Amino acid sequence: MLYKLSFKNIKKSFKDYAIYFFTLILGVAIFYVFNAIESQTVLLDLNSSQHDLIELLVNMLSGVSVFVSFILGFLIIYASRFLIKRRNKEFGIYMTLGMGKRKISLILFIETLLIGGISLAVGLGLGVLASQFMSLLVSNLFEADMTKFEFVFSTSACTKTLIYFGIMYLLVMIFNTIIVSKCRLIELLHGSKKSEEVKVKNPYICIIVFLISCLILGRAYYLVTDGIGELYKFEQILIPIAMGSISTFFIFWSLSGLILKLVMSIRGLYYKGLNSFVLRQFSSKINTMVFSMSVICIMLFITICVLSSSLSIKNSLNANLDVLAPADIEFMKSVDFNSENSVGYSEETLSNFNLSSKETLERLGFDVEENFKEYVELDVYNTPKLTLRDTLGSKVDYLLKQFKFLNVRTEEDILAVSDYNKVARLYGLEEFSLEEDEYMIVADFEPMYRVRNEVLKTGETISLFGHTLKPKYSECQNGFIELSSNNINGGIVLVADSIVDSSYKKKNYLIANYNAKTKEEKIAIENKIKDLINSENVKEYNFPNTSSRLEIAEASGGLGALVTFLGLYLGIIFLISSAAILALKELSESADNKERYMMIRKLGADESIINRSLFRQIGIFFMAPLILALIHSIFGIKFCTIILEGLGTNGLLPSIIMTGVFLLLIYGGYFLVTYISSKRIIRQKF
Amino acid sequence: MENILKIENIEKYYGSRSSLTKAIDNISFEVDKGEFVAIMGASGSGKTTLLNVISTIDRVTSGHIYVGGVDITKLKGNELNKFRREELGFIFQDFNLLDTLTAYENIALALSIQNRNHKEIDTLIKKVAAELDIKSVLDKYPYQMSGGQKQRVASARAIITDPKLVLADEPTGALDSKSAKMLLERFNYLNSTLDTTILMVTHDAFTASYATRVVFIKDGKIFNEIRRGDDDRKEFFDKIIDVVTLLGGDLNDAL
Repeated sequence: MLYKLSFKNIKKSFKDYAIYFFTLILGVAIFYVFNAIESQTVLLDLNSSQHDLIELLVNMLSGVSVFVSFILGFLIIYASRFLIKRRNKEFGIYMTLGMGKRKISLILFIETLLIGGISLAVGLGLGVLASQFMSLLVSNLFEADMTKFEFVFSTSACTKTLIYFGIMYLLVMIFNTIIVSKCRLIELLHGSKKSEEVKVKNPYICIIVFLISCLILGRAYYLVTDGIGELYKFEQILIPIAMGSISTFFIFWSLSGLILKLVMSIRGLYYKGLNSFVLRQFSSKINTMVFSMSVICIMLFITICVLSSSLSIKNSLNANLDVLAPADIEFMKSVDFNSENSVGYSEETLSNFNLSSKETLERLGFDVEENFKEYVELDVYNTPKLTLRDTLGSKVDYLLKQFKFLNVRTEEDILAVSDYNKVARLYGLEEFSLEEDEYMIVADFEPMYRVRNEVLKTGETISLFGHTLKPKYSECQNGFIELSSNNINGGIVLVADSIVDSSYKKKNYLIANYNAKTKEEKIAIENKIKDLINSENVKEYNFPNTSSRLEIAEASGGLGALVTFLGLYLGIIFLISSAAILALKELSESADNKERYMMIRKLGADESIINRSLFRQIGIFFMAPLILALIHSIFGIKFCTIILEGLGTNGLLPSIIMTGVFLLLIYGGYFLVTYISSKRIIRQKF
Repeated sequence: MENILKIENIEKYYGSRSSLTKAIDNISFEVDKGEFVAIMGASGSGKTTLLNVISTIDRVTSGHIYVGGVDITKLKGNELNKFRREELGFIFQDFNLLDTLTAYENIALALSIQNRNHKEIDTLIKKVAAELDIKSVLDKYPYQMSGGQKQRVASARAIITDPKLVLADEPTGALDSKSAKMLLERFNYLNSTLDTTILMVTHDAFTASYATRVVFIKDGKIFNEIRRGDDDRKEFFDKIIDVVTLLGGDLNDAL
């Protein structure tokens, strides 16, 4: 009997709350898919560094999964509490018939078990199917080849899903039992009859609260964008976050009162069609919904920022590669070994250590001319007489106050302009010429750009190798020498060749393009170099550090994949959770308003007017948090681009468009389903 | 006398062929303009079904209902809505006021879905509020009003559109006797002064005694019909009680 009751209840509520079951299933499926990534990668032809990255990815994903399960757990508990509240009357009837609380708990227990079982089974099935397509995405993101395609089932991901969701459902059961044991019969039977008090807020207080909230919000916006220099500790980012959250709440609070007051004062608008009804509905709900709207607004905001910045990182990592790693390989080694800084080595070893990169390679038996199609060599000079403090000159204290991350004791890299021009020619960058009394700075790391420009525009001179040099340009010029996946050149000082003092030589670079056409040939040459590092007599020499375009591509591809996966995972979970909460709220509202709509229908309102009013009501509740979230996101994304400066954030527009598509599909989909089911609910005749 | 409502041989069946319930079994009657008709009957007699089919909330199985010469059993979809909002006024037992709206807004809603101008709405509400003595509660919400006030607001909403016919379903059912009396006196006022045609369903003899004619229904058929004529309300009430006793006795015989 109890089982039959539970089963029938589920069948009945399934129609009305299909969207909740759907969200559960989606949650399970997504959880499985992202936890099954590891087993999908066995299909791929990956090298060791990619394996390391995937291991990192898998670890991060499982960490994030804990967080995700908290969000989903919150959603499930919230939703089930909510659904129980709606059934107060039903439980009241059971109790008047003499059913004990224990039995009611048992009914709920069976129901949760059924819902959990069905959603897990369907969700896992869906997840297993979807994860087959995931291998395609993984191979694409890691730029790896698929060796074979076969059906993969991840037992570990499956067990994990079962355990995590099992715990969530168990918690729900405990919560349900607590709720049932607390309830009193009189409240169960008459709970819904309590008429809600409709308070109209004082418009002046609303205006004041609204203005103050806007000011606080503006301050928070300023803090995360232009005022970012004031934030130099990680914890301080919490301040604008708290400010934003609180002002979001009060903006909804005050705006709801204000809009109602405003429209009410325009009588022609207020007493038109069902406007007065819609607005009163809106205001009576918003009093209770301000909090959840704020939460949803913030969740949407996080979704938008996470999705768009993670997608843009992936885009820009790929785009950066051609610009920032324009050569195949770069060798870099220190060449300032002497008996003072390296005690215990023989003269011969020290001189071997100080050989240039090219000579080192040749000594080890590597034919530079044969393997490299073209190459350049250059030396970089450092002197303790020219640190960042010296180049910043009189501006140093001012800049230190603004940019607390500056380490002004760093010695500046100094390069002869002709050496730089050799690299620039190879990279296809702009070449420069300098007089004996001039210097200039090339850089591509945006924050340092700004720091250095402060002093360059004053035209202050620096002294170097006994010369006094004035800046040729009033700002940094774009350029770099090291291959990299992002803009990380914080500044290199270029001077005329004639003034360079070779005794300050610190580092030697060799930058080359392989004598190869295909990727395979390039890999072959690169492997030869790797073999050198592992060869017997390499200990006699100081082998240069290498960084190659292939390695950078792999690393950045992997990094891009990592960020994309995390972004998608979190973004989608946040999005479906917030949309599901809104949808549930609206559906139950519609169920509550069934009689009101019946009433209006009896007064003779056309179906089209009723539908329009329903559409507006639901539309307002879906749109209001979204609009504020979008405004937040303008600044949030700006903040992300500043934080992720080093990674590069080109291609922001396409990723914002992608995010928009996601939002439109998922959020818009939830909105439509809510509207359609609500329409069905208010048409029911009890 | 002009015919406002003309019911011709209507029937309403529920259920399937095997277990058929005749809620209305061949009823015909007419209501003239300016009449105040009460329909009486025990629960299950079919009086609410009758009201539902007249108000187009439900459909008849066979027969015709004419309101102002239009056969409303032939109307569909938005024609029905138009008919309801322009020709009918409703008063329900449980008031059916929207609890989120003030009294003023509740009354205004009936006019605003007819797309009337807000200035016109305001004048009409002021007028009807005076007639029903609810001026003081116009800015209150339903939960701030007494039952009698609520029902008078609902009545104001029903008559403000100047409908051909006002349908009242147990209007005094949820009121104490003092409020009930006050409401019914207002109905009499509307009926005699404003010439409002009222069709009221009730099972209460006292309520019915305010009408000018009472139609008794039993098992879906018209059982009896009495007119007030020149009797005063007390005499009319006694006559109604006689019929009710007869109805009840008959019911007992059937058992």
